[in-house]
Amino acid sequence: MTALLQLDGLTRYFGALGAVNGVTLAVERQERRAIIGPNGAGKTTLFNLVTGHLAPSGGRILFDGRSITGLPPHRVARQGISRSFQRTNLFPRLTVRENLRLAAAADGRGSYRLFGSVARLAEPLARAHEVAEAVGLALRLDDEAARLSYGEQRQLEVGVALATRPQLLMLDEPTAGMSPEETQRMTRLLAALPRAVTMLIIEHDMDVVFSLADRITVLHYGEVLVDGAPDAVRADARVYEVYLGTADGA
Amino acid sequence: MKWRVAAFAVAVVAVVLFPRVAGTYPVKLLQEILIWGIFAMSLDLLMGYAGMVSFGHSAFFGVGGYVAALALTHWGANAATGLALPAAVAALAALVIGYFSIRVSGVYFIMLTLAFSQMFYALTFQVAWLGAEDGIVGVPRPRLFGLDLGTATAFHLYVVAFAVATTLVLWLIVRSPFGHVLRGIHDNEARMQAVGYAVNRYKLLAFVIAGTIAGLAGALYTQFVGSITPEAFVWRTSGEALLMVIIGGTGTLGGALLGAGMFILLQSFVSSYTERWMLLLGATFIAFVLFAPGGIVGALRGRIGLKA
Repeated sequence: MTALLQLDGLTRYFGALGAVNGVTLAVERQERRAIIGPNGAGKTTLFNLVTGHLAPSGGRILFDGRSITGLPPHRVARQGISRSFQRTNLFPRLTVRENLRLAAAADGRGSYRLFGSVARLAEPLARAHEVAEAVGLALRLDDEAARLSYGEQRQLEVGVALATRPQLLMLDEPTAGMSPEETQRMTRLLAALPRAVTMLIIEHDMDVVFSLADRITVLHYGEVLVDGAPDAVRADARVYEVYLGTADGA
Repeated sequence: MKWRVAAFAVAVVAVVLFPRVAGTYPVKLLQEILIWGIFAMSLDLLMGYAGMVSFGHSAFFGVGGYVAALALTHWGANAATGLALPAAVAALAALVIGYFSIRVSGVYFIMLTLAFSQMFYALTFQVAWLGAEDGIVGVPRPRLFGLDLGTATAFHLYVVAFAVATTLVLWLIVRSPFGHVLRGIHDNEARMQAVGYAVNRYKLLAFVIAGTIAGLAGALYTQFVGSITPEAFVWRTSGEALLMVIIGGTGTLGGALLGAGMFILLQSFVSSYTERWMLLLGATFIAFVLFAPGGIVGALRGRIGLKA
């Protein structure tokens, strides 16, 4: 059986700088994979390459065995890959329900209908309610996204990504900027998501990483430094080096 | 909801019966308001709902107007030449112009749409068989279902029926699944794309719908005046529709109608006293932008607690 997501020598240059440099990795179905690394390691760039927000300079991206290299973002999303963003990226003037409903209706079925009400398309609406429950916003369905607290906006950010029923959910620092309590709530919420959803998560908070991930990939200067089970990564001296510098300070 | 339907019905009845109580000139003003209102509403679909501010909407008004003028003059005065053909050609023009314009956004979209409309102006201004700068005059009004629109009563009902139909169609569209997608694009185009919407297709469809309706407004205008000139394409036509939408309240179809009413009434009353009516219009516009950015509808909502 092929891996759900397979990256083969994925490379992206910004000018002469190799932001992502020959990354090869495989994410299995139902796996929860964390990608960690110091700032500038190329984590978000890697996400942008997979979701079609950036075109690779080289290498291949296979999803479910098929190449999605170079597809535009909406085509990638329709294959079953959904992502949240590091900087909250919602529909601020629409309600929580409508944020989620739009995402749930993104498969395009019915979305070209010029007449008839959205309430009659029952499936996306039901999905919106289901996801609101999952991300802890069931009581805020009628509030505009802009009126939510920061922590709630982050929850909705995950919710919008989840509402599209992805096979692969990619989360870019879901706890960025959150208070410790908000971080805990987010961690519980992510842990409770259905196992069927494969998860690829960029995270700086090591508590979050170790409580969620089955496997961890450490990126450093755009290259895979270590790829292994959490315990192995935790014990790896090289990981400490890139995060803390070597013992002699070099 | 109920009172809105009631208010709409009352307004329709009032507009239908207006010729019984008013003279020829006020009736003509009302028809002009309705035709411009249709045009402004079609622009509001783009601006207020999809977030695409076009400065070249006159292209479709003009195309509709010219096609109607040509067809009514040369190929018989009926529904096909007066309405169907102008709408179809305007839709085609919108498809082509939209195909190129929607690739860019913001100022570039404004500039590109403006450039296309000015190309039409330059073209009609020079082509002899389109009457060049004099345009096409003496256009007959069509016969529709055996009804002679040459009579004042029939023509009034015809314009009213059109305005009502356009309002209802646009009202349904902005509430449809498609309309909701447009609002999503307006709010955050990049995220719409990230969740899987082929954003450009929706934008193109919105552009074509708006262009088609603008074309119908142009065809109606030709029949109203009995002529069409290259002026229809000029940037001022687009600009005036833009002002109507903003004065009335962007993103509220009714606002576009109210804005058209306010604009045309101001124009006709003030211009009978002074040549400088544009000055007053400008001041009104500035006052709206500064003190009532939600336009007439926005101000009403704030004042008497009306809800959308």
